[in-house]
Amino acid sequence: MSNVSAIEKLERLQLRRDIPQFRAGDTLRVHVRIREGEKERIQVFEGVCITRHNDSLRSTFTVRKVSYNIGVERIFPLHSPRIEQIEVKDRGRVRRARLFYLRSRRGKAARIRSLRDVRS
Amino acid sequence: MAFGMIGKKLGMTQVFDQLGNLVAATLVEVAPNAVVQVKSAAGKDGYDALKLAVGEAKPGRINKPELGVFKALNQEPKRYVREFRVSAETAAKYEVGSFVDSTIFFEGDKVDVVGTSKGRGFAGVVKRHGFKGAKEASHGTHEYKRHGGSIGCSAYPGRVIKGKRMAGQMGNVRVSTQGLHVLGVYPEENLLVIKGAIPGAKDGLVLVKETFKRG
Repeated sequence: MSNVSAIEKLERLQLRRDIPQFRAGDTLRVHVRIREGEKERIQVFEGVCITRHNDSLRSTFTVRKVSYNIGVERIFPLHSPRIEQIEVKDRGRVRRARLFYLRSRRGKAARIRSLRDVRS
Repeated sequence: MAFGMIGKKLGMTQVFDQLGNLVAATLVEVAPNAVVQVKSAAGKDGYDALKLAVGEAKPGRINKPELGVFKALNQEPKRYVREFRVSAETAAKYEVGSFVDSTIFFEGDKVDVVGTSKGRGFAGVVKRHGFKGAKEASHGTHEYKRHGGSIGCSAYPGRVIKGKRMAGQMGNVRVSTQGLHVLGVYPEENLLVIKGAIPGAKDGLVLVKETFKRG
């Protein structure tokens, strides 16, 4: 077994296959398992995916939402067992892969048109 | 039961632990180690140990006495031979000519890993000992940026104190890292996943041992 493949094999073993397809601009509902002491519960983080970082097991995606007028961004490891489920609520029509420009916009200017509306 | 094996560092990656945290991990290949000698406290050696061997030896790189050892075992000559101190009970379980494989390790075990650190050559005092170097780059400072400063006093004591940290060879020494967790064992792949970093470069020889410190 060659050096690279042993590492790759171990990484592939941990990849999740139940992840829906989504891209930057999509509105996601991320169901996150949260442990509080002994109890475990699920919290939903809903917002716009503003970037994806693809690197096998280390892949991540960033979700941005505005909560009580404060911009909140969470970076999730894509293959984390702590993610219960990722729901794709809406697909957005965007023209780039990284939507960092959303950070400098608020309110109406920060809207993303839905792909559904664009098609119709 | 884990006592020790000769392995090869394959490289590092990350794995998710039971809590879902991504943790740094090192992969170690532990091919079956041949037992070439069993030493016992009762015999002439005076202590209990297993001598293990692994790896392919190129013909000509091995001398005749060593060759004889493997010939007697009816095995291919091995490149690396290392001895591990074990308890009398463990020593009794193994016979010369048998093999030790990765099943001696279990997930959750604590191990020490011994390796040879990456050589950094003749390193200056900033790299080797973490000195800060000169704090001022201008105002007349000349050729002093990464120097160590004064190395002592004057006429009294009139010498440099022993152990004064100076430039010199850095790395390429035997280093032990103690108390590392075993995150996973894959016997069919001869693979060990160890939490954190271990000494040495990729493809380097490492010894994985049961941890020395208890509790």
